[in-house]
Amino acid sequence: MNRFAVAQVESPDQAVELMESKRFVSPVYKAGGLDLLDHLKEGLIEPGLLVDIRTLAGCADPIHQAEDGTLRISANATLADIARSPLMHEHAPVIAQAAHSAASPQIRNVATIAGNLLQRPRCWYYRQQQFDCLKKGGHQCFAPDGENKYHAVFGGGPCHMIHPSSLAPALSVCNAHIHVTGSGRESIPITELFHAPDQGLRSEHNLSPVEIITHITFDPVPHSAFCAVHEKQAFDWPLAMAAAALVIESGTIRSARICAGAVAPIPWPLPKVEDALRDLRIDDDGELDKACSLAADRGEPLSQNAYKLKLLPVAIRRAVQRAIARNAEAPQ
Amino acid sequence: MPDEHPDSSCDDQKRTDAAVGALSRRRFMQTVGLSSAAALADRARAAAVADDTGAPPILGPGAVDIALHVNGATVKVKAEPATTLLEVLRMHLGLTGSKEICGRGACGGCSVLVDGKLVYSCMMLAVDAISAKITTIEGLAEGDALDPIQESFIRHDALQCGYCTPGFVMASTALLGENPRPSLDEIKAGLSGNSCRCGSHSNIFNAVLDASGQAPIHDGEGA
Ligand SMILES: Cc1cc2nc3c(=O)[nH]c(=O)nc-3n(C[C@H](O)[C@H](O)[C@H](O)COP(=O)(O)OP(=O)(O)OC[C@H]3O[C@@H](n4cnc5c(N)ncnc54)[C@H](O)[C@@H]3O)c2cc1C
Ligand code: SF4
Ligand code: FES
Ligand code: FES
Repeated sequence: MNRFAVAQVESPDQAVELMESKRFVSPVYKAGGLDLLDHLKEGLIEPGLLVDIRTLAGCADPIHQAEDGTLRISANATLADIARSPLMHEHAPVIAQAAHSAASPQIRNVATIAGNLLQRPRCWYYRQQQFDCLKKGGHQCFAPDGENKYHAVFGGGPCHMIHPSSLAPALSVCNAHIHVTGSGRESIPITELFHAPDQGLRSEHNLSPVEIITHITFDPVPHSAFCAVHEKQAFDWPLAMAAAALVIESGTIRSARICAGAVAPIPWPLPKVEDALRDLRIDDDGELDKACSLAADRGEPLSQNAYKLKLLPVAIRRAVQRAIARNAEAPQ
Repeated sequence: MPDEHPDSSCDDQKRTDAAVGALSRRRFMQTVGLSSAAALADRARAAAVADDTGAPPILGPGAVDIALHVNGATVKVKAEPATTLLEVLRMHLGLTGSKEICGRGACGGCSVLVDGKLVYSCMMLAVDAISAKITTIEGLAEGDALDPIQESFIRHDALQCGYCTPGFVMASTALLGENPRPSLDEIKAGLSGNSCRCGSHSNIFNAVLDASGQAPIHDGEGA
């Protein structure tokens, strides 16, 4: 790690001021610091200052529900807080399950939800200093001709990273809003938080370097579920992730929100699957299977990852089934 | 990092925002009863002298005083902010029970408890642990009397080379603290952030079952 200073700020103004001051070279915000430490240890970034924003993003009750039913998670709620939250289990199981499925107890105890959304790609070429790939300002992506078993099967490049966040697809099916401070705007829908590589390579998200996520809000999605497929039984980056949120009335799916993870450079919405699920009976296994199999449509696998297009429909089907089962057991 | 900013705001916008920020900050600080945030802020103040301009305290980049509560004792070290908790434990305090194996949050060899929570000390800055209560493997035994979980590891031969053992013992301690009678699946989940290259897992699971008053599994079963 390079030498750096650490500031613990109490107000957004203080944070923004430090980020903009010329006193320190390339300052960065820090929350749990897990993704940052990984970058620092590999020498991928050399900031002169880490601005710890957990002191301002916090609140006594990191997860709560407003009187109108809106759910709110503060930016510095940890994945462990979220995985344990009775509110999330009851009103947004997809969020609780996504948080629980991520990483290990040690990481979940420290990782914040904002840091989770803004973590950088896990592409092994990106994470190793000696590969000067497109994303780091170099001239080529090493994935197409290299080891691309864990890379994207959608998106078409020019960077074939997968977005690593487990919470991002889950929050996508909740139509979550990301509340920010520091720039003038107040919130953006999660669907506008990320951009594809052809819209800019050096960052995956649309926040400015001084913008701070303060909290995230969304409406309850009681009939929702998350499913991640791993190579190992535990503590492994998912090969494919599926988030599903259903509206079910009298045994029929009235509408569905489906989003995949670990298959594209952004959380990957699946509108065709959503359309196909609409108006299906929840016990019509054949039609449900067929609808979910559309998840692989228009996939563009690289040389070593076509298997992901087989896994994905299964992950989606499992998430849908889990959301349905939840419906059956949940008293209204 | 030269990111693209669709919303790179104009200066007027920023000024208005600074005003809004100041207001919401006041409201913010009123509503935030904030256990963890307050603790962090206290830590910052304890460790750094803020100047009287209202600017936030800044630690480093040179060595700063770091006071830690480790295994019941308060200790003071001088280290740069770019120092991990694991480095302070091992290099400054000589507590070499916690191991650095991967150094990247992937193996669990460096697991310690910070305010009762299991963390990877290789992935935490020492300044983030200022004022927190830290328990390392050295803090489990009372004198010569080992902790029951340590006894159970020995009884079940839950180690081979032993390098991962301090981490597994700390993870087991955290697990039993939260869940005194975990099922086998819960044990596997609770210890999933730790790896044992020698493959002692089934004996480790048995050690935890036994330490929580449950019958061990037979060899090969369920592991
Ligand atoms: C071995 C391993 C396995 C893992 N497995 C998974 C997994 O399965 N699924 C998964 O989703 N993740 C996984 N992770 C990643 C982990 O969840 C993230 O590293 C973690 O969530 C980052 O959170 P943090 O609070 O530590 O972020 P930090 O490292 O503090 O910050 C990350 C980025 O976000 C920015 N940032 C943080 N908070 C804010 C804010 N409020 N406003 C603006 N910017 C902010 C920082 O500037 C930084 O750029 C794994 C990590 C490891 C090491
Ligand atoms: S996939 Fe993206 S991050 Fe990975 S080597 Fe290619 S350009 Fe770099
Ligand atoms: S040494 Fe810290 S997790 Fe491996
Ligand atoms: S006993 Fe050797 S690594 Fe676990």
